[in-house]
Amino acid sequence: MLGIRLYMAQRLSAMVMGPLVLGHLAVMIYAIQGGLSSAEILGRTKGSIPWFLFYGAFVLAVSVHAAIGLRVILHEVTGLKDRLLEVFTWGAMALLIMTGARAVLAVTLL
Amino acid sequence: MRYTGFRERANRCAVSGNEKTMDVSVWRGSGDEGAYESFQVPAQDNQTVLDVVSYIQQELDPSLTYRYACRVGMCGSCAMMVNGQPRWTCRTHVKKVLNGDRLTVGPLRNLPVIRDLAADMDPFFEKWIRAGGVHKPGRSRDDAIQQVRPEDPGRVEANKAIECINCAVCYAACDTVAGNPDYLGPAALQRAWTLYNDVKVTDRAAVLASVTGPGGCTNCHSQGSCTRFCPNELDPLSSIAGLKRAAARSFFGGKS
Repeated sequence: MLGIRLYMAQRLSAMVMGPLVLGHLAVMIYAIQGGLSSAEILGRTKGSIPWFLFYGAFVLAVSVHAAIGLRVILHEVTGLKDRLLEVFTWGAMALLIMTGARAVLAVTLL
Repeated sequence: MRYTGFRERANRCAVSGNEKTMDVSVWRGSGDEGAYESFQVPAQDNQTVLDVVSYIQQELDPSLTYRYACRVGMCGSCAMMVNGQPRWTCRTHVKKVLNGDRLTVGPLRNLPVIRDLAADMDPFFEKWIRAGGVHKPGRSRDDAIQQVRPEDPGRVEANKAIECINCAVCYAACDTVAGNPDYLGPAALQRAWTLYNDVKVTDRAAVLASVTGPGGCTNCHSQGSCTRFCPNELDPLSSIAGLKRAAARSFFGGKS
């Protein structure tokens, strides 16, 4: 249930996620070590194009990667395929993008 | 109708003396229906699992259905599940797999059952063909014979898998096949990798196209059961990894 396009999409999204995960972990550790409050964190992220691009890319990569992974799991566990599997894949991706985008916009929009 | 009277007499005979015996559970049934049936089989110092199955068929129950041919690990027809693991039964010594005095023998996993221990190999070979396992020569009989240099890297890679006997042990061991019935499986993909590296095959892009569809090499989870259980110690996992790398290069427009 994984042709070459989906396979490559999952691998490439994983390659994008790799450095972003490390960056996210570094930011979390920095924020906690430095004792930043929520207000101080939002003060740095609100209106910041770099943080919007960083976490926006993160959300897109996660959405692509996770939707394809869930597609494989669902097919192998339940045998679901064809149109229903396509609907699930695109639905999962859309849901992840929407919820992720909502969070990114909430902390980066002024 | 099974020859139960024959079997019971033979079973009594087998356990009547001081002979040491094993408790052998053998799958009996057709299609999806069936159950394990227990037989007492004399334990020998040297015997293979195929010897045990043959003893049951020849001495205890002539109706037992199973498949074998060469008995020396060449033909690939006698593979079965032994204590839950796929094995070539003609080269599997009972001593190595005996669990106490118990042995469980069933038909190969991931394949339909024709009857008892004989699995239907059709899906296995159909996938072999779907994966482009048939050699398509690039030259006609009028052309000069293709020179093949044994030391060429492609030939060295192709040689690694040519000892496959199509026993379907890797196919039975593969959890991806179990979860995804459309998946071509390790043997078919390994064959495709062999052809991909064969200098005599001119259309390598066609080989890749055969194995990068929805049931192709990209579905492999790299669990490695194929390599772990291959009785000829081949390495389908690495062959599939090679196909994945070739497919990725091809995806970016690289040379096949």
